[in-house]
Amino acid sequence: MTEQTAPTGTPTGTDAQDAPMLHAKGISKFFPGTIALDDVELTLHRGEVHALLGENGAGKSTLIKCLTGAYKRDGGVITLDGEVINPASTAESQICGIGTVYQEVNLLPNLTVAENLYLGRQPMRGGLVSRKRMVAEARRVLRDYGLDVDPGEPLTRYSVAVQQVVAIARAVEMSGKVLILDEPTASLDRDEVQLLFSVIRTLKERGLAIVFVTHFLDQVFEISDRATVLRNGRVVGTRVLSTVSQHDIVTLMLGRQLEAKVHDRQTGAAGEMLLEVDGLGKRGMLEPFSLALRKGEVVGLAGLLGSGRTETANLLFGAVPADGGVLKMHGKEIRVGNPREAVRHGFALCPEDRKTEGIVGDLSVRDNIVLALQARQGWMRPLSRAKMNEIAEHYVRTLDIRLASLDMPIRLLSGGNQQKALLARWLATSPDFLILDEPTRGIDVGAHAEIIALIETLRQQGMSLLVASSEMEELVAYSTRVIVLRDRRQVAELTGAEITAQNIVHAIADEPARGVA
Amino acid sequence: MAGSTQGLLKRITPQLIILAAALLLNVIVFPDFFHVDFRNGRLFGNIIDVLNRGAPTALLCIGMTLVIATRGIDLSVGAVMAIAGATAASLVVDGHGWFTALIGALATGAICGAWNGVLVAVLRIQPIVATLVLMVAGRGVAQLITEGTILTFLNPGLIRLGAGTILGIPTAIVIWICLGAFVAFAVRRTALGMLIESIGINEASSRLAGINSRVLLVCVYLVSGLCAALAGVIVAADIKGADANNAGLWLELDAILAVVIGGNSLLGGRFSIIASLLGAMIIQSVNSVILLSGMPPEFNLVIKAVLILGILVIQSPKVSYLWYMLRASGPQPQPDRKSPRPRTTPEEKTQ
Repeated sequence: MTEQTAPTGTPTGTDAQDAPMLHAKGISKFFPGTIALDDVELTLHRGEVHALLGENGAGKSTLIKCLTGAYKRDGGVITLDGEVINPASTAESQICGIGTVYQEVNLLPNLTVAENLYLGRQPMRGGLVSRKRMVAEARRVLRDYGLDVDPGEPLTRYSVAVQQVVAIARAVEMSGKVLILDEPTASLDRDEVQLLFSVIRTLKERGLAIVFVTHFLDQVFEISDRATVLRNGRVVGTRVLSTVSQHDIVTLMLGRQLEAKVHDRQTGAAGEMLLEVDGLGKRGMLEPFSLALRKGEVVGLAGLLGSGRTETANLLFGAVPADGGVLKMHGKEIRVGNPREAVRHGFALCPEDRKTEGIVGDLSVRDNIVLALQARQGWMRPLSRAKMNEIAEHYVRTLDIRLASLDMPIRLLSGGNQQKALLARWLATSPDFLILDEPTRGIDVGAHAEIIALIETLRQQGMSLLVASSEMEELVAYSTRVIVLRDRRQVAELTGAEITAQNIVHAIADEPARGVA
Repeated sequence: MAGSTQGLLKRITPQLIILAAALLLNVIVFPDFFHVDFRNGRLFGNIIDVLNRGAPTALLCIGMTLVIATRGIDLSVGAVMAIAGATAASLVVDGHGWFTALIGALATGAICGAWNGVLVAVLRIQPIVATLVLMVAGRGVAQLITEGTILTFLNPGLIRLGAGTILGIPTAIVIWICLGAFVAFAVRRTALGMLIESIGINEASSRLAGINSRVLLVCVYLVSGLCAALAGVIVAADIKGADANNAGLWLELDAILAVVIGGNSLLGGRFSIIASLLGAMIIQSVNSVILLSGMPPEFNLVIKAVLILGILVIQSPKVSYLWYMLRASGPQPQPDRKSPRPRTTPEEKTQ
């Protein structure tokens, strides 16, 4: 499709001349240790579809929960239809006029369609529920939504899309002013998405303000009038979609100033073939993936969150067993069914989630550093205390890990030092193939630069690395090749001078015609 | 890791203090508490009694310590004791020798432990539920073996395991001290201790580091089963009979208590078998104090409860945090990671 879609019908309402339907101002929400929302402003007009965009953790769901009263906000004012509202629960916000439909349809599948639609407010006759009237009314209401279903049938008989529409109908019938759709298309196929969109267009004409949360940019441009982009709990921009391109939106989401940084590395110098991956994949997780990696190569994995970066790392390392695919190391086929086998073949993985999958918090820094080496040696051949100290001290020195003592529990170290200790754990095993998943996430600037420098050093020493990262500049800085993932499959490969942050963003956002994601 | 003697001493200091206090109470209520006689080729005395009576709990807590270090728990040890005792008894009653009976009992214990291990490690059933199965079913199995009766026996070899002596020391004492020392030594002299702690603290990380957590978990429960079987044989030998209903009844709770008193967290991780064994002796000393003071035995349970409470309070995050703050608010207001004062290993560079 084209990058821009003219908004259909009704006002796009750039700047509010007519009073907005909903105006949220200065919304803040704090969680212990983090600011989830910081002075967020959101304006919704009548008859507007407003997309709410941002990477995971940007604050989209927190904002929705603050609007619907699921969370108690720590600051800010919400005005609905000119009145200040303070919903303390989702039920209250429904009464005020804000209805929400979540990705997992929260209806009761074993009840009938009509019962789901009218649960809690069934039409009564003489103190009893009038089933006949309920079914008749449900049929009439659903016809307005373009659904011709039998309301007397159990909801499970119908597809997710129909259930979705029933959920929307219920929310609209109960609330009627603002409709929040949280990833409604995540589990729908192309035709179902169109069904949903036609419902959304109808509601738009009826003057509802609709918030549309999704990861699918195509759909955003197809149905939405405006978009508000969140990043790290702040609004980084609200755009009228007819005036911008997908590329602009991705840039906003990722927050990269796309200076044309030229890649200055010679890529021809790569050594002999180390690892060949053919068709490695797992259904519902990652499309079959192929990769050939030479010695002394750093392959960057780029893509939005959920695009399959971490999944690729985990499949390669055997942390999640693959459905199929062949791995060859030095031309010989190998089996990597679990991390233990991977380690034996000289693989190493620094996982994305340092706390839950990386460090062993209560063990000392020393034990953490020697852990993988000791595990590979087996329990029968323990490293001596002196050897452990020697290894640990070596890496503390070369990686400049700052600590009071090797005996201190690793959880007391700062994020950057923990990450370095984890790198030390794997370097101690002298791996041939090092996988780093978000190696610089949540660490301070100094450690950040050191880790990037280390990647380059390791490459020069002939190690092969696969680095998954959401930091474009970082990928540009160390990659000899960049593989771009989207929707759990490989969509582009950039080499040499092509590796620029701009090109990576283009590859992530722009796409040839393809089916509904 | 308590690799050095100094580290070990530091680790078990609280347990030594509590044990000393408990023994002191014994001396107060019974001044001759430490008096030991040598009669008929055997040592006699209250302190010997404490060591001897505490043997089953001590044996159980060896395996229990390892299980708890993996963030698990083994509720079935009492029932496994009954099964093992019944197996040993029925084997000697059938005319087999004491050694065959012992091996048979240990084998049943190993099978029981492996069963628990498979439920936990392979089927991923929560340890408390997985071992509850055998805790309940185990006594039934034991009754099937004894055919519902208390199976008495007169095999002198088997009886010697519970009531005999080695160089004048009751056999049970020799067994638990030797096994405890062996296991404590073995886990620290191999990498097992570290690997067990690692999977107890963070199994996901450990698996990604290449540790075979499944096999380790099965092994740990298997060791617990073996320890329970040995305890079961000793208890059966002591009363010259296998009582499927009462052998080791509620003893799993004493074993867990011993591990907890030993300062091992029920959340898994760092462990010390020596400290657990001291915990077992603390429990037995408290039992002894109540017995010697002539107080009604009902007090035993209440005092035990008070003891658990006291130790849990000391171990609680809140109290340890207060303790930490108290110590920290000395010369250095904020001993954080940037503080350039290495305390334990001065040779390290810290900046």
